[in-house]
Amino acid sequence: MHDNPNNLPPDFVRGLAQPRLTRRGFLQAGGLAALTAGLAACGVSGAKTGPTGSAATKAAKSFWQQQKKTGSFTFANWPLYIDKAHGTHPSLDLFTKQTGIDVSYKEVINDNAAFFGKIQPELQAGNSAGYDLMVITNGFELDKLKELNYLIALDQDRMTNFNANASDLVKNPSFDPGNQFTMAWQSGMTGIGYDPAKVGHKITSWQDLKDPKLKGKIGMFSDNQDLPSCALLAVGVNPEDSTEDDWNKAANWLKDQQPLVRKYYDQSYIDALGRGDVYASMAWSGDIYQANLGGGNLEFVIPDEGAVIWTDNMCIPAHAEHALDAMIYMDYVYQPKIAAMLAEWINYITPVDGVQAIIKQDAAKATGGDRASLNYLADSVLIFPSSDEFAKLHRYRVLTTDEENTWNDIFEPIYQA
Amino acid sequence: MTALDERVDAQPAPARRHARLRPGRWALPIWGWLVIAWLTSPIIVMIIFGFNDTKSRLNIHWQGFTLRWYRELFQIPDLTDALKNSITIAIIVTVIATVMGTLMGLGLGKYRFRGLGATNLLMFANIAAPEVVLGAALLSLFITMGIPRGYWTIVIAQVMFSIAYVAVTVRARMAGLDPNLEEAARDLGAGPYATFFRITLPMIMPGVMAGALLVLALSIDDYIITSFNAGQVQTFPLWVYGATRNGVPPQVNVMGTFIFMFGVLLALVAWATNRRRAA
Amino acid sequence: MRRARLGARLAPYFLVLPGWLWLVLFFVVPTFVMLSMSTQTGDIVAGFKQTFHWQNYSNGWDQYHVQFVRSIIYGLIATGLCVAIGYPVACWIAFRGGAHKSSLLFLLLLPFFVSFVIRTQAWSTILSDDGIVLSRLKDWGIVGADYHVLATPTAVIWGLTYNFLPFMVLPIYVALERLDPALLEASSDLYGSRAATFMKVVLPLSMPGVFAGVVLTFVPAAADYVNAFILGGSHTTMIGNIIQTEYFTNQDYPTASALSFLLMVGLLLGVFAYARAVGTENALEMAAAQ
Repeated sequence: MHDNPNNLPPDFVRGLAQPRLTRRGFLQAGGLAALTAGLAACGVSGAKTGPTGSAATKAAKSFWQQQKKTGSFTFANWPLYIDKAHGTHPSLDLFTKQTGIDVSYKEVINDNAAFFGKIQPELQAGNSAGYDLMVITNGFELDKLKELNYLIALDQDRMTNFNANASDLVKNPSFDPGNQFTMAWQSGMTGIGYDPAKVGHKITSWQDLKDPKLKGKIGMFSDNQDLPSCALLAVGVNPEDSTEDDWNKAANWLKDQQPLVRKYYDQSYIDALGRGDVYASMAWSGDIYQANLGGGNLEFVIPDEGAVIWTDNMCIPAHAEHALDAMIYMDYVYQPKIAAMLAEWINYITPVDGVQAIIKQDAAKATGGDRASLNYLADSVLIFPSSDEFAKLHRYRVLTTDEENTWNDIFEPIYQA
Repeated sequence: MTALDERVDAQPAPARRHARLRPGRWALPIWGWLVIAWLTSPIIVMIIFGFNDTKSRLNIHWQGFTLRWYRELFQIPDLTDALKNSITIAIIVTVIATVMGTLMGLGLGKYRFRGLGATNLLMFANIAAPEVVLGAALLSLFITMGIPRGYWTIVIAQVMFSIAYVAVTVRARMAGLDPNLEEAARDLGAGPYATFFRITLPMIMPGVMAGALLVLALSIDDYIITSFNAGQVQTFPLWVYGATRNGVPPQVNVMGTFIFMFGVLLALVAWATNRRRAA
Repeated sequence: MRRARLGARLAPYFLVLPGWLWLVLFFVVPTFVMLSMSTQTGDIVAGFKQTFHWQNYSNGWDQYHVQFVRSIIYGLIATGLCVAIGYPVACWIAFRGGAHKSSLLFLLLLPFFVSFVIRTQAWSTILSDDGIVLSRLKDWGIVGADYHVLATPTAVIWGLTYNFLPFMVLPIYVALERLDPALLEASSDLYGSRAATFMKVVLPLSMPGVFAGVVLTFVPAAADYVNAFILGGSHTTMIGNIIQTEYFTNQDYPTASALSFLLMVGLLLGVFAYARAVGTENALEMAAAQ
């Protein structure tokens, strides 16, 4: 054991030190070149396109006629996006009791792009993605899913609750005309969240996030939807109508701001706000609401120039094996009673009319701390924005693939610096 | 040798006596213990905050002592599934990688053959290559061949980066073996298989065990290569990484504490068997 | 008799065959697939086609050379810190460990049983602006009230050094542990001072261990992205983060593959160059020792 003090055998080290050019080496190189040439023939094929127009409607109808209830389905969702009590989800339990369908609930979505990247290969290979229902934000990934025919067109005949109770915000949205593929789950706002005690004054505008006094204490998002859209608002442009020139102006605004920004966060900005690592940050309305429930003192602001509204949508991925069960669930949650159950937990903007009234009724029936929190919920503008506030909310820009490349080239270097 | 002994004995005694009291002598141990303390401090924090009675999603400020998270350990089904996956994958990977790596280490340690240099180079490249590249390359293969990612692609990926570690460990152990023992066995009439199972294998067993333990630890802990090749399957490190966005629940601290205690247990077992062997 | 000898001749090939197969299938071939993917063009919607578009490499470098260089620098600093911190620890255990050597090694390695995501997350808690450490330092006036360590390069390098220290200590320990104590005694007689013994005997003989440690530390540290993600901020993005984003967020597989390949080639070239510098001398020493 003591005759070899090296960690590496001597002949190996010697071999490293003196590369030899031999006939063998050339043969090996030739073999490798052939292998590479063979691999050069490989590519990755794109997706196949499907029927459009009235052919699509007919295809959808015949598809749904063939579907049968199977008694269960798998639901992929974001974390903390459903009601929860004692380790179970009351709304799902109620659904199972009333319809006999079991729900396998998985909180596997943390990021639209990452989730899309995970299911895309399965869907491309023609396999089920493992989920029958998923919740995707309106934006690039939803557009791609539709383009690639990875979504099953909904059964318009089973949308009675939706048609009766859905709010105007989510009926026939610009990103899915006629609700062909999606029904909204929840909506939310992206604005500014801040700690008034640490900032010292009220924040009212995006320009406040360029305050030199807050240097090193500002958080921004590290995504290619919210960050650029809010920057567009900051330079006075409506994201939905923006042009490439506007994008460059917004990018310059962000570059000016960069020395003051502590970090470009994903959803962990809310931890940073709670810890005091940042005093002001881009924020989602529901996160601020929930942080305050847990004892925080943060404020959410829709800036003067406007804020972004996004909608997370239920949709059924292609090749789902339990499509009908998923469809039944989708319409089930559009009953105001069920929507109220969800709204009391999720603290984002519910897509169902009449929920505010139900929550107020529940508050009247409750006592003590429960009554206070339900009243707080019913009165919150974060959950039930007024029409004035709605007027200041804007959606993302819908981009083609080429435009997306330009958009990414302009904005990615900023948060990937 | 004797001349050296005389010279050593001729050294003045007082200088050697005072050597113990020199301040420089304590520098090394103090530094060593400081480093060990530094390495262990996050673990201590993790264990402590597994008892934190936190009411919000953030587990940062101490809010009181509770055993609640120990009671509610398996309340997050996805986390429990992820932990189960991590453990089962680790066991499978350890078995496969240890077998293949031991065979490789045996071949490399015992024989000189024409592929020796190439094999060493292959293993060196495998160990030295960054995890991002290993994971990304394998992902490229799976994408090009249309292979969906899941449980078994994780196993494949983890075995891939583990074999070389076992092989190197076993080979190092082989380097110290006395070849005469094997020859003696053969002289006594033992065939090659008998020689292997009754002489060679027991002698290299500590190396095999060390390699297996290393693979086990690498597999349970692996994040980067697994994340590239996991598809939708979650393992414990993957789940924790995802949870850092929304606040890591205290159950993670409790599970980490248990894993740590398991490691302590293994260490104690190893220490006890070593002592018994020495005695 | 001849069959036995043939068996003995073929034995090594059979022994290494399973490992070879696995590594070739899942390490060597994928590397070439990645190389092939790196020159394709297209996108996830229309598909990717092989067009030998070598500009993916130059574009990748143009866009991300800052992150590349930054990763190399962080890796080098973390490796240097690991050597400075780890070498004395290896000496301590090897020379002063006595009967407790394995126990001390275990103590050193024990924290690494816990997932490094958890450990890094714990550092994020410990080092937070108003956390245990910084609030004390601020109270005592050692640092300003606005001081923060998270979201700076310091935090990322701290995390890298922490996470890769054992990879440095272990190889150096193994090299030191195998030193013949008679050698040290002889050297102290010859040179008289401990410092000279160290510089002229211990240090050179431990170089193979240092070399192995540097390789095992620098490469993963430069390619890491988890530390930058959890502990970093703006202007600390490493090339590993970029590669991960290109694969999973943008699904731009050609660019991602090109960047991965650049990273691998760069790091391995550096390691081989270092090996030549250190290795040739070692080969001579080894030959002399035997």
